[in-house]
Amino acid sequence: MDDFVVRALVAGCGIAALAGPLGSFVVWRRMAYFGDTLSHSALLGVTLGFLLGVNPMIGVMAVCVALALALVALQRRRTLAADTLLGILSHGSLSLGLVALAFLETLRVDLMAYLFGDILSVTTSDLAWIYGGGVVALAGLALLWRRLLAVTVDEDLARVEGMPVDALRLAFMLLIALVIAVAMKVVGILLITSLLIIPAAAARRFARTPETMAALASVLGVVAVVAGMMASLNWDLPGGPCVVVSAAALFLIGSAVPMRG
Amino acid sequence: MPASDSGPLVWTEDLSVRFGGRSVLNHVDVAVHPGEVVTLIGPNGAGKTTLVRAVLGLVRPSGGHVRRRPGLRVGYMPQRLTVDATLPLTVRRFLALWRPVPAERIETALEEAGVARLADSAVQTVSGGEMQRVLLARALLSDPDLLVLDEPDQAVDVHGQAELFARIEHVRRHRGCGILLVSHDLHTVMARTDRVVCMNGHVCCHGRPEDVSRHPEYHALFGRHAAELAVYVHHHDHAHDESRKIVDGHDGDCCHG
Repeated sequence: MDDFVVRALVAGCGIAALAGPLGSFVVWRRMAYFGDTLSHSALLGVTLGFLLGVNPMIGVMAVCVALALALVALQRRRTLAADTLLGILSHGSLSLGLVALAFLETLRVDLMAYLFGDILSVTTSDLAWIYGGGVVALAGLALLWRRLLAVTVDEDLARVEGMPVDALRLAFMLLIALVIAVAMKVVGILLITSLLIIPAAAARRFARTPETMAALASVLGVVAVVAGMMASLNWDLPGGPCVVVSAAALFLIGSAVPMRG
Repeated sequence: MPASDSGPLVWTEDLSVRFGGRSVLNHVDVAVHPGEVVTLIGPNGAGKTTLVRAVLGLVRPSGGHVRRRPGLRVGYMPQRLTVDATLPLTVRRFLALWRPVPAERIETALEEAGVARLADSAVQTVSGGEMQRVLLARALLSDPDLLVLDEPDQAVDVHGQAELFARIEHVRRHRGCGILLVSHDLHTVMARTDRVVCMNGHVCCHGRPEDVSRHPEYHALFGRHAAELAVYVHHHDHAHDESRKIVDGHDGDCCHG
């Protein structure tokens, strides 16, 4: 196997493993559209990264966090429904990112790579970011696991029990922002959410505890990455979309499996 | 009434709450002492749940204060709770989410609430009445000094209600905790409460059930059925179902009137 294929596989599997537990939480907390909104803002973060001369992943993190905070502030005012707000921020920030990118005439950016991912161009330094960020995100999630589950089940009860609900919600948003930043290069900002939610949704039927669902989501994600990569290489198809199609196929197969009881 | 030399567990001082421009609670003073059952009654929109949420710290007062005894442990049983179907969670696991607890304490709490057989059921599959008792078990796990119950009778049929209240009574006697209760069911209230607080945005009247049931404000709020209920207190064992029906029918009138 060529080096670039190995790097692509290692990167894809790392992100799939990371996306399993976090994606499960996105599903449990009904935050799929929220994840989509954050990832759509990532393009603006990339532009910001170039402008400031820092790693685009840092720019993405910064913009995701700013957007998450803006969303929390807007939701407090309760003048518009959450999905309307998300729609405004999602498409507003995506378009702003595209416009800002167009202004930077000196910059030659492969837009398609950012939108749909370019897994075969993953570098060793990208791998370091993915695994470094992944370890941090998973350690954070493990640390907050029980309390995040409690907040997911009922925020009022968690508050009465003295849990810092707002801080936990913010911490979860930061974890999602971290995943988006490191996953962007592999699946692209338009497809990141699918890698979070499809494996988790596929795992639901086969899990009796939150932990098995999270672990199974990781396994299914890795399977989808490997299958998608193979298809992409064999038939010269775009990598990111192939991975997502594989995940969706796994979901469909899983839904068709008859279950006892 | 138990001795209250150590003072109340929780009390409000001139508590007011506004939502937007609308005033929901006006200058409310209530207190719950150890070993005492205090029940909030009143028509829909009277601010019962808001008062409970303020006591729990879930609603910020716009005036006055909520005071708690230092180190007070509160067990809260909400009106209802539904867990998203995507989250695989057994009853046992649900109970372990709120604090680290040893497995045997969970068993004990489930037994105390009478739902030990549900320990391994998915939390989404238990019935409304069973869930109420799971929530009671959850509230007991914090070893509460104060138990706060928001309409524990809502999702439960008459039979389940009697059993649930017997459980609550048992908990009070064995643990000596104070209980703050919201109820729609005047009949249960009058039979099982030390103190009734009759509310309608403010405290209309409060006191022992038999005193409140003679209070003119109480009659103004609850109309002719209140009188029947006062009689009912004395004929405790007789008109069980009939009385309930009357109370329920009345409640509807009150909301629209």
